[in-house]
Formats: sequence, structure tokens, C-alpha cells
Amino acid sequence: MSNQARFNDQRGLLLRAVRPYGEAAVDVRILDGTIAEIGADLAPADDETVIDGGGAVLLPGLVDLHVHLREPGREDAETVRTGSEAAALGGFTAVFAMPNTDPTADTAGVVEQVFRLGEQTGLVDVHPIGAVTVGRAGLQLAELGAMADSVARVRVFSDDGACVSDPALMRRALEYVKAFDGVIAQHAEEPRLTVGAQLNEGVVSARLGLTGWPAAAEEAIIARDTLLAAHVDSRLHVCHVSTAGSVDIIRAAKAKGWQVSAEVTPHHLLLTDDLAEDYDPVFKVNPPLRTASDIAALRAGLADGTIDCVATDHAPHSSEDKESEWGSASPGMLGLQTALSVVIETMVETGALDWRGVADRMSAAPARIGRLADQGRPIAIGSPANLVLVDDTAHWTVDRAALASKSRNTPYEGRTLPGRVVATFLRGTATVLDGKLVAGQVAGASR
Amino acid sequence: MSVSIGRHLLSSQDLNNETAVALLDTAARLDAAMTGREVKKLPTLRGRTVVNLFYEDSTRTRTSFELAAKRLSADVVNFSAKGSSVSKGESLKDTALTLQAMGSDAVVIRHHLSGAPRRLATWIEGSVINAGDGTHEHPTQALLDAFTMRRRLRDGEGDLKGLRVVVVGDVLHSRVARSNVRLLRTLGAEVVLVAPPTLLPVGVAEWPCEVSYDLDSALPGADVVMMLRVQRERMTASYFPSAREYSRRYGLDAARLAKCEEHTLVMHPGPMNRGMEISAEVADDPRRSVITEQVTNGVSVRMAVLYMLLSGEGVANE
Repeated sequence: MSNQARFNDQRGLLLRAVRPYGEAAVDVRILDGTIAEIGADLAPADDETVIDGGGAVLLPGLVDLHVHLREPGREDAETVRTGSEAAALGGFTAVFAMPNTDPTADTAGVVEQVFRLGEQTGLVDVHPIGAVTVGRAGLQLAELGAMADSVARVRVFSDDGACVSDPALMRRALEYVKAFDGVIAQHAEEPRLTVGAQLNEGVVSARLGLTGWPAAAEEAIIARDTLLAAHVDSRLHVCHVSTAGSVDIIRAAKAKGWQVSAEVTPHHLLLTDDLAEDYDPVFKVNPPLRTASDIAALRAGLADGTIDCVATDHAPHSSEDKESEWGSASPGMLGLQTALSVVIETMVETGALDWRGVADRMSAAPARIGRLADQGRPIAIGSPANLVLVDDTAHWTVDRAALASKSRNTPYEGRTLPGRVVATFLRGTATVLDGKLVAGQVAGASR
Repeated sequence: MSVSIGRHLLSSQDLNNETAVALLDTAARLDAAMTGREVKKLPTLRGRTVVNLFYEDSTRTRTSFELAAKRLSADVVNFSAKGSSVSKGESLKDTALTLQAMGSDAVVIRHHLSGAPRRLATWIEGSVINAGDGTHEHPTQALLDAFTMRRRLRDGEGDLKGLRVVVVGDVLHSRVARSNVRLLRTLGAEVVLVAPPTLLPVGVAEWPCEVSYDLDSALPGADVVMMLRVQRERMTASYFPSAREYSRRYGLDAARLAKCEEHTLVMHPGPMNRGMEISAEVADDPRRSVITEQVTNGVSVRMAVLYMLLSGEGVANE
């Protein structure tokens, strides 16, 4: 695309007729990676590239606190590059990569490797999450300080996929990370209550003969951890909240002023457990899909701020890990390229959130929790130009073969979703234009 | 008029009252046709291939299906997980594609994971028959149970309207219970599930049956008492304190059986834990226990299933 080729040589950029937060249309000028001017009918400078927004919604670049990029170790399922491509196409400018890689990201060496791979790819900022315990085995603290002090400057720690279930160890982890303003992101799952668990425990699991994953197994850990966080005055972040009871517990903790934050995934805002009816493991995820009343509570919690943010839990799996019996399949779903559309369908079209609300829950709040200074900033003069342009009138039909991820495990195959990412800008450089990756953006672009 | 039961038998829910009764009728006719024959074989499925794909050991069910297929003159291949490519890590999908390539007409699958037969049915063109999947379903067991009840209590005709069937034991882990609740309701019977609360699934309240924790109060008025196998290992996971306490509260012995009606039948899908869920005296009671008859009827019912799935035209009424 000649426009793109030209664009990459440009210094200045003028976004014409864009609607920040879905409000009145303006022009936005970007210079040196920063928003330089916002106003009506800005005159283009001579060397400036002009992009006609056509009235599309302009939001701060999205930030995802919870993705699995699978590198190192499972490059057949995803790599930092392919995951970054999916992220950029989904409107993200920063992602936090979970440490359940092989080797585990539990040392400064591994988190720095992931961080550098992200830098080399250059499509989104990749912030590694460090494991809380060595090998995510839940027995001994990993060198959290070394990861915090590393080039990757890790601030979020999680054993995601496994719960830090030992209460004494969880307490120490919460205390220890206070030294560098870290946060423990807990995968809340009491392991003794979820032995062999396959699906939300309820009417559907009873009918399908699948071992139940009770809501109480999540809620019990969240309740315990909020108490621990309060006791040691530290920060707790709850990953992928999935039940109505969890929302109540987090709401109560926040009402007491405790430092608790929480995320919800797009799939838990939309999909219910009865999708397991045909035993297709594309709907197998951990925590499992729940019920319609859980969805209602999660949406209400996200709307009123009890749940701070949306995080995808983007979890690519190879076909051999998904084309199997339900019980032997790996849990997890793709999420990066569909997240914003699902949030539009579940929160914007229902009137639960306006676009400012979306910007908060998908950009400002996760950036704040992850302690990113240069992401999630308001659309204002002087802010870094991390931006996403969304055609809120468009619809698209999910085609798993067309997704950027190396894996194909999207639960939305064939679904028509609202809202299309038109362009994504990382510090003023387009990573996506016209809904496509900008070619030749970064070093080593060949795959 | 002919009745089709579709391409697969994956769940009791695949059957409605009409197709279930037609299937039982077919089983009865096949049974009659075999009786008194010197050569127990019908030519119906000559040239067809039936594969028994067993991921779990089950001599009883596998042999029953094998006999059923052979009596209809089908070629039978037994493919057990042990000593095959399956034990070398081949996936179910690859195994399915292999069987498909070999031209099997029907696959009878027993699997330790719920839903495996439904997955298999998406990968192959032939028929899939669920011979028991995890803790989900075992529809041919429910059919042979219904066949036995109908023969004993309904003169071998029609459905089971008005029968009261008490199912006792480890409902939570039982594919037999799930299949029976569905099929018996379809056939018009009333079902009462009796178990300690730990061995009932959360969500059982939505099932089309009554639920009780007290065996003694459930027995009067029962036409059939079906005892489910309870594995002794369950007590190590605290489902109940001890085998002795389980047996005392939920086991069927002669004293309890005396509270039942004269005509009450005792059934068990096997294999039995004598002394645990059922006493030897009850299991061997020649008047009440129809446990070996269930096994015999299993062959006829499975012949009917194979016949209706593979003969291509459903069952022609005479």
C-alpha cells in the first residue's frame, strides 16, 4: 500500500474527523510520537500524512493485563511476534505476558528474553509477568526482586494457571512485592475443590457428566486473599473473575478501602456453560464458562467499577491440544482480536458503558494496575500517541483462519460482532492501518 | 410405516417414546427369531463391519456387542486401547480417521471421558454407538433395563407408563443413572433417585425425577429397585465414611427387600460389589433378582440398535 509506505517515512501525522471517546469529531495532530494538537479543521503541514478517520471512534490504545504468548517453549501455538500481531490488530498497544512458559518466567533471564522479543517485534509493548513461585509450583518464592530490577521492570507477578493456594506463601508474596510497588495477580482456584474439574458445577455439568468446577472454589480464594491483602496493606489483583459471588466479595473489599483490583475476560461477559453441550473443547476454559446470572453480575460489576478492567486471557492452543475429548483438551481461548468487539456487544450496545468507560476499563485501569506510565493516558495534548481508531458502525464475522494468532481456538467462529479496529498507533507509529498490519514496521519482519 | 432412530446412538435423549418403543419391539422380534434356532445367526448385516473401540476394559459390554453384531452376521473388529496405537499416544481423532479409512460401518465406543462418542461422531461418517462414556451416558444399558422391565412387568409390550423405578447409589459418577433417568421418563415411568447427598450431582434438582436421601422411605410402592455399583475407593475421597456405613444406609439386603411389593424386581447393571450395595442373598434371589436376565437381554437390545442404525431403513413393522 503506497500510502503506508509513504507513511512510515513521515514525521507528522494528522488524523482527520475522529471522535475521541465517541464524542464530537475533531482533528488530532501527532508529532514525535506525542499528541501535539487537537482541534477542528487543523491545516495539514507540508510533510504530514493525513488519515481520514471518517468519524470513527478514537480511544487510547488498549492494554491487556493477561495474555499467553507461549514463547519460550510452545512456539507451535504462539510466539511473541504472532501474539503481538493479534494484539495490534485487536487495538492493543501493550500486553502483559503470563509466565507459564517453558522454561517458566521465574527468573530475570527469562523475563528479559520475553521483554526483548517484544521490543524486537515492536508492534505492542510486551511486559512480562513474573512467576510468584519457582516453576509456578507453589512452594518457594521466585526471585521477585531480581525480576523487578531487571530490564523488564516486572511489577505484576502471577502463577496464572495455578493458584498460589498456600495461604502463608500468598501472604509473604503480597508483603514482599510492596518493596517495589508490585502486585500479585491471583488465579483464584482452590485446588482441593477443583480436582479433575471440567465445567462450571451446575445444571449443565450434571447433565453432561463432567466434573464440576464450583463457584465457591474461586470465591473462597478471593475472600481469603482480600483479607490477606488488607492485613499486610498490599496490592492484590484478581485474574479472570467469573462468578456473581466473586463480584460481591470484591465489592465488599473495595468498600473497606482495601487495595484490590480485578479483571474480567470478554468470554465471561458473553458465553455460558451450556455451550459445552457438544463437548467441543473450544469452549473449555479455566475458570469455566458460567451461567447467565453470573454474566449479568459481571457486566454490572464492570459497569460500576467493582471490576476494574477487561483482560483477554488470550490462550492459544495447538490443534492437537484442542481437537480431542473435552476431558483431555487444554483449557483456553483466543481473545486479542475479538476483545473490543465483545465489549462493545456486551457493554456499549447494552448501555452499561459509554466510550469513556471502555477507555477506562480497557486502557487506563489496566495500565494503572500494571504501573505503566506511558500507556492508558487520556487523549490530550502531551499524551503519548498510543491510540486505536474504531469503526463503531461496522460488523465483522469471525473467521478463525483469518486471525493472526498461530492457533485457531476462538470460541466466536462464525459469529458476527460489532466494531472494527481500523488503525492502531504505538507512540505515533501505525501498527495497523485499514484493519491490516502495517508491513515492514519492524526489524526482522519475516516469519 | 418405518421408524428411524437416526445415524448415531449417543445418548438416551436421542430417542423419543416412539423410537424407543420401536427399538424395544425390534429387540423382542430379534430375540424371538433367535429362540430355538440351532444356528444363532441372522444374515441381516452380512458384509458390514462393526468396530468395538474400547478405551476402558469392559469384558461384559464388549462381549455383548460382539455377540450382537456376530448374530447379525456382521464382521467384528475389536480394538482395545491396550496394546494398540492408542496406548502409544495416538489421539482419538487419528484413531477415528484410521477406522474411517478402513471402511467401518459402525463404531461402538467405550471411553473413560464424558462426551468422547459425540466428538467421535463429528470425525467419522459411519454410525457411532455409545457403549458408556465417562460419567455421562450408557444408553444401551438403559435400553436393556427398559426391555427387562417391560418383559417382566408389562407383558413385553408398549412403554413403561406408571412404573415406579427406584435407582440407588452413586448417581454422581453413574452413566447408567443418567441414561436411565432420561429413557425411563421418555417411556413414561416415574424415577426416584436415592443416594447420600455427596453422591448426587449439584444440579440434580433439574432432572425429571424425584430425589431422596432415605432408602427405606423410597422402597414401598417401587416396581423396580435398581442398585448402582459403588466403588469402595469413593470413601477415601470422603463421599461416605466407610463401606459399612454406606451398606447400612443404602445397601439392599433381605430385610429391606421385604418392605417392597411382591412383584418388585431387583436390578443391577453389574459388576456388583456384593456386601456393599447389594447382599448376596438379594442378588441371587431367584424370584426378585433379574440381574442375569439383564445380561441376556443386552444382546437382543444391542442387536436391535445395530439393526436399526445399519439396515438403513429403520425398523419395518410387521
